[in-house]
Amino acid sequence: MAHQSDLIEQDILAYLKSQEEKSLLRFITCGSVDDGKSTLIGRLLWDSKMVFEDQLASLEADSKKVGTQGGAIDYALLLDGLQAEREQGITIDVAYRYFSTDRRKFIVADTPGHEQYTRNMVTGASTAQVAVILVDARKGLLTQTRRHSYLVSLVGIQHIVLAVNKMDLIDFDQQQFEAIRRDYEQFAASLGFGDITAIPLSALGGDNMIEPSANTPWYTGPTLMNYLETVQIEGENREKPFRMPVQWVNRPHLDFRGFCGTIASGVIHPGDELLVASSGRTSRVARIVTMNGDLPEAVAGQSVTLTLEDEIDISRGDMLSIPDTPPIHARHPEAHLVWMHDEPLQPGQIYLVKTASAVTPGRVTTVQYAVDVNTLEQKKTTTLGLNEIGVVRLELDRPISFDPYRLNRHTGSFILIDRFTNATVAAGMIISAAPLEPQNAPLVGFNANSFDVDGEPSRRINLSDASFNGTVSVVDLAGEAGTIGLDVSAGFLDYLGKGNRVLFRLRNVGQLSAVAVMAYEHTLSFEFDRTAEGVSILVFKRDTRFGSRVPDDDGTGI
Amino acid sequence: MSLNLTHLQQLEAESINIIREVVAEFGNPVMLYSIGKDSAVMLHLARKAFYPAPPPFPLMHVDTTWKFREMIQFRDRMAAECGLDLIVHVNEEGVRQKISPFTHGSSLYTDIMKTEGLKQALDRYKFDAAFGGARRDEEKSRAKERIFSFRSANHRWDPKLQRPELWNLYNTRIKPGESIRVFPISNWTELDVWQYIHLENIPIVPLYYAAVRPVVERDGMLIMVDDDRMELKPGETVQYKSVRFRTLGCYPLTAAVESTATTLPEIIQEMLLTRTSERQGRMIDHDSAGSMEKKKQEGYF
Repeated sequence: MAHQSDLIEQDILAYLKSQEEKSLLRFITCGSVDDGKSTLIGRLLWDSKMVFEDQLASLEADSKKVGTQGGAIDYALLLDGLQAEREQGITIDVAYRYFSTDRRKFIVADTPGHEQYTRNMVTGASTAQVAVILVDARKGLLTQTRRHSYLVSLVGIQHIVLAVNKMDLIDFDQQQFEAIRRDYEQFAASLGFGDITAIPLSALGGDNMIEPSANTPWYTGPTLMNYLETVQIEGENREKPFRMPVQWVNRPHLDFRGFCGTIASGVIHPGDELLVASSGRTSRVARIVTMNGDLPEAVAGQSVTLTLEDEIDISRGDMLSIPDTPPIHARHPEAHLVWMHDEPLQPGQIYLVKTASAVTPGRVTTVQYAVDVNTLEQKKTTTLGLNEIGVVRLELDRPISFDPYRLNRHTGSFILIDRFTNATVAAGMIISAAPLEPQNAPLVGFNANSFDVDGEPSRRINLSDASFNGTVSVVDLAGEAGTIGLDVSAGFLDYLGKGNRVLFRLRNVGQLSAVAVMAYEHTLSFEFDRTAEGVSILVFKRDTRFGSRVPDDDGTGI
Repeated sequence: MSLNLTHLQQLEAESINIIREVVAEFGNPVMLYSIGKDSAVMLHLARKAFYPAPPPFPLMHVDTTWKFREMIQFRDRMAAECGLDLIVHVNEEGVRQKISPFTHGSSLYTDIMKTEGLKQALDRYKFDAAFGGARRDEEKSRAKERIFSFRSANHRWDPKLQRPELWNLYNTRIKPGESIRVFPISNWTELDVWQYIHLENIPIVPLYYAAVRPVVERDGMLIMVDDDRMELKPGETVQYKSVRFRTLGCYPLTAAVESTATTLPEIIQEMLLTRTSERQGRMIDHDSAGSMEKKKQEGYF
């Protein structure tokens, strides 16, 4: 490792000082098995002097044993981490590699290019700011180039390098390079990238990797390393409205109540007014507390502890924002969903929805359409299988605070977790709140009888068991104007006892007492939401098995 | 316009986010404290995450009984200074069988005193999440491990059954008996760790600094004679050399390097100018290719 080796040798303190201002760039490389992707990253590690002597010794030994370069150094072997994969000669998962120059530290997500591994690419791209998309100069754009580009745009990466690799195999031909560049720019116009930089490369030979290549005198753009060191990504989240999901409430003693979280976007100062989206309450920042002393300002990306001037109720799962541009607070987001599990999506089934601010049970009510990642065409479907992508509508048990993903990657993303296997089954990117419309849950039939006796409800509603099926049923009483009473059946209680829930839609809050009385009499629990039409109440049986360990809330709301 | 966050500020923020998430989502977390520089950074980050409160979990050290004596002194001092409970676990069965790295080889010894010891301790205290100070740049199999790394009820890691990890949304769900190993400094490199120690003035074990120490040359490595359990082989002599350690573990398995670096900047200078990676000082990697991956599958950190 020898950046500025003279300075390191002569004045280490000056060197350390100079390194303190280094920034961090996360990027992803996308390409197929034989595009030379691992070779490209191996080469970056190699040329930035991040390969150590003993690693070199094992690289030499491995190159002879399992290398694909006829005994010469196979840079790709620096990347292939797991032994099983090494034997197969392919990379099968996401691996993270690190190197640094004097300007930046880099984190590279290396992901495979096989069709069945959309999952891995989306995973690697989720934290990346730049994507390096490899194409083989001999082949030009392939289906997979389009696929990778679509996925990268879906995940919100703005800065694209089109790495036209293996230029040595087409004699560094400018015309062919320009043709590939034009093709790509034409194709990518609809994907909405911020910028695209095409670079003619030979990863194996090192051309335009670090130093400008003598083989491409016609190319005047940056080398790959030069681009990575200088692409402007800093401060992109800082100009957006302030958002901080509350991760933890720190209460060491009665006189201190700090709200801990990582600032998703914006800037905050003591004295700034904050809004809690779920309650609509506001307060002002009193202090920004850190172990190194209070801060006069905190910015997107920092993990901080805020104290407020007023005692308002805030807990994990709440989102703090500036009052004039609050996040959306709703129960029905519409989102892109990337399905990541062998078991396909079950619309209607309850999953756990984990966002930056909360974990909430919820379900997919409808799949609007699926997207063919190769042609970008929309197709009608009712479910999503492994590596399929679609636009879906969700119904959450309670409203959450979020932003559209294209406006904020941190507050617009979520994962879906299977409640029974605990597998992460999907990644989601919120498009917006879904338009309000009747959801597709089966409407429960009920027998209603009118009573006109004084003191009795004007309507008694009998919740018979025959119509309850699926995991959530809806009892829509929004048409009932007067007071109501509810009669339950054994089947109804049994249905709730199995962990299913029933959503009651009521016209006004006065009707709540009927549900509360029912819940009291049968030891049920409910959650209350105000809606555009009236109120909705989700009734369920609390699961006591989980309750014993974490008495208040296990974060799932169940 | 505000200053941009440096790479260390960004790494720090990510680590603090991870540590807080564990405390918010798990019932019984523990921080595995190995006393080395990575643990020192991890502990420091935990203190920052919960300041002004102390971190709301204990430290645990799986003691193989073969650690350097200075490490043990340092461990006890740090736990007291930070106001944290310290759990020290020793595999008593291994002690009864007199398992020694000198006589049983590094592989069996590591398996019994470290891997087995760790599993025993996790089972005994029923921890559902355990922080570890591993970094992805240390070793190839670690480059692919998740930050929240799922372990089955018998502590096994299955590289093919890892949960996808997107954004900073970590899946913390487990069933009874299962656990998660959490690596808050996954994305730090050796240089990041040293720079951060320098910048934040974090205390580290004095063994990292050069001093004249008794060493024996064995299999091309300098092994420090830390107590009288180390028997000399024919032809070996104890020499006094100015040495330091780039990595700390069990003294019979941890090689010293000759050095005159007595300050932190000098250590960093030396590290930058030498081109030998960190784990070379640890013999565990030398056993066989992919040895770390195998050990991890069996439950080693």
